[in-house]
Amino acid sequence: MDITLSTNGGGYREGYEEFKKNATGKGLAWLEAIREQGISRFSELGFPTAANEDWRFTNVAPIARTPFSLIRNGREKLSPRALKPYEFPGLETIDLVFVDGAYSEELSKTGTLPGGVRVENLARAFESDEGLVKEHLSAYADFTDEAFTALNAAFMEDGGFVYVPSGVRLEKPVHILFVTTSRTRPTIESPRNLIVVEDNASAEVVEQYVSLDESVYFSNVVTELVAGENSSVGHYLIERESKKAFNISTLRAEQKRSSNIRSHSVLLGGALVRNNIHPVLGGEGCDSLINGLYMSTGRQHIDNYMKVEHKSPHCDSRQFYNGVLDGRSRGVFHGRIIVHKDAQKTDAKQTNRNLLLSDNAQIDTKPQLEIYADDVKCTHGATIGQMDENAIFYLRSRGIPNETARDVILSAFTSGTIESMHVREIREYCENLLDDWFAQRRLAEKD
Amino acid sequence: MLEIKNLHVKVGDQEILKGLDLTINTGEVHSIMGPNGSGKSTLAQVLAGRESYEVTEGEILFEGKDLLELAPEERAGEGIFLAFQYPVEIPGVANTYLLREALNSIRKYRGEEPLKHVEFGKLAKEKMDKMGMPDSLLRRSVNEGFSGGEKKRNEIFQMQVLEPRLAILDETDSGLDIDALKIVSDGVNALRSPERSFLVITHYQRLLNYIVPDFVHVLVGGRIVKSGGKELAIELEDRGYGWVEEESRQAVNN
Ligand SMILES: Nc1ncnc2c1ncn2[C@@H]1O[C@H](COP(=O)(O)OP(=O)(O)OP(=O)(O)O)[C@@H](O)[C@H]1O
Ligand SMILES: [Mg+2]
Repeated sequence: MDITLSTNGGGYREGYEEFKKNATGKGLAWLEAIREQGISRFSELGFPTAANEDWRFTNVAPIARTPFSLIRNGREKLSPRALKPYEFPGLETIDLVFVDGAYSEELSKTGTLPGGVRVENLARAFESDEGLVKEHLSAYADFTDEAFTALNAAFMEDGGFVYVPSGVRLEKPVHILFVTTSRTRPTIESPRNLIVVEDNASAEVVEQYVSLDESVYFSNVVTELVAGENSSVGHYLIERESKKAFNISTLRAEQKRSSNIRSHSVLLGGALVRNNIHPVLGGEGCDSLINGLYMSTGRQHIDNYMKVEHKSPHCDSRQFYNGVLDGRSRGVFHGRIIVHKDAQKTDAKQTNRNLLLSDNAQIDTKPQLEIYADDVKCTHGATIGQMDENAIFYLRSRGIPNETARDVILSAFTSGTIESMHVREIREYCENLLDDWFAQRRLAEKD
Repeated sequence: MLEIKNLHVKVGDQEILKGLDLTINTGEVHSIMGPNGSGKSTLAQVLAGRESYEVTEGEILFEGKDLLELAPEERAGEGIFLAFQYPVEIPGVANTYLLREALNSIRKYRGEEPLKHVEFGKLAKEKMDKMGMPDSLLRRSVNEGFSGGEKKRNEIFQMQVLEPRLAILDETDSGLDIDALKIVSDGVNALRSPERSFLVITHYQRLLNYIVPDFVHVLVGGRIVKSGGKELAIELEDRGYGWVEEESRQAVNN
């Protein structure tokens, strides 16, 4: 029997009591303790409202009022062919595939991994890599004030687990794919990913969220990423949820000395999306590149909440987020930079540029700098504009057709945030997604 | 080649061109001079198809076709090229991309095959050298961070690659030092041919020492008030526009 989670009656707690009876990793006291803390905290906090400054521009009432089914069994079987559109042509990846929240052994493919590397589903890692998981799981994604993270902690069951030991360079990117099939009732999934890259190691990890149908469902994702000393980690979030889905996702990255992370978000789907990126630059000499692109149409709402925490001296962070908003869609960019007392010589930069393609689209962009050190360099800038008609006329006067000219200007705007992706095939995949987006838009304009 | 009859153009509520007539035959070089704000760039932009300028009266025929019916890109396909007074910066679009896309769009318009990458590369390189431009400018974003002179040179470079039938140069000489002026003029003169016409808009007679026009027109208050040969340019340089304006006022009053 599926479990219903709803704010009515006994609330989510009621469903939780049912859920915990046969959740994955049952009997692991440390895990059950996290889940208990999660549900307790979530019950206290409840879903955030507009009174909460962090949620001022994003109303999650549609999530709060929807009763969700937590699927326990009866998941659809998919053929590998169904996943073709989500592959990166020409790229060999280590694949973890989840269908409606549950791990699919048949669709996943890990192959032979270099010595000591672990890539498996988290539910399995609870048992097979208990020590590692216990050490890191929920050690970073604090949920004292984060209702959705607390909710994820309560209901997390599975997701990707990646462990790269010291000195190992994981050549093949890991692709963690979450597929939602066609659902008759709104469902909830709580993907939980844990990525641990030890000292002097490197990895590229893609999280991709897709939907085979335009169903209503809620993906409440939390990913914890640990970048060891002098490590290099690329993280890619590709969000292609259904146009009716809710996606709240949090990337919490913990950076050790001289580590380098590159976070890329490409947000295209979803009715209501919140993308929380929260790196903590915890050791000296860290580098954080935080790039993102959000593109919305119709009545989509895409919110980006950056919280870049500088805790140690001599760290650099670079945020580049670009938004393209069409139709009646709404975007939010909240760029918070916190420079703690000891983080002298911090160099933090934030840029958010927005292109409004329609008069009814809207963007709220808000920088928030909290600086407690005195010798730092922090810059931020935000722009909101329309397509540059002078540039379009210039291109057209050179013979380039109007539609192409517009696409060229658009893709010049969007590609900036994608260019920096290290893995060419992933970059090309994203470029194709953008081309599709442009093509869709042209079709819609013709109607 | 180009026939403009009684052209009236408005921007917002303001009428800028007030009945302009001009005929350019194939192979001719015409120059338009006139004080600031007289409507020179307006004319250039209208010829290129800028939609924010409203044509309220008159007609423009290009090779017998009604130009006003054509989109800017179609006009380019027909062979019209405008070197902008203020070339636009387009961040994120490489100069070389713009040019290849432009050339192949025009070829397509004319029913020709697109140029292969290699052929395009060779062509671009050859013209680039001619304009004394470093290769690196090709890879950079269109006009972004270019100096004033580099922008103007880039316009002429584009013209060389696209080989238009009618080139309109809107103050391509402004802001150029004498060396750059020579390069730009040489670039223009190299394209002069019996099949190609030019409309050269300038403030300064200086340019016309290098690009010698067949006709010089004076545009004042949205109308061509005087036309003549190249000696008219020298006279204008010496005496300014006042006397022409005065002459034309008297002509109207009579
Ligand atoms: N987009 C516009 N909106 C409002 N007014 C405009 C616009 N474009 C041109 N004008 C006005 O039209 C008149 C003619 O401008 P135009 O640019 O054609 O002059 P010009 O002869 O090229 O001048 P210059 O020698 O300074 O380049 C000017 O008064 C100018 O202010
Ligand atoms: Mg002008």
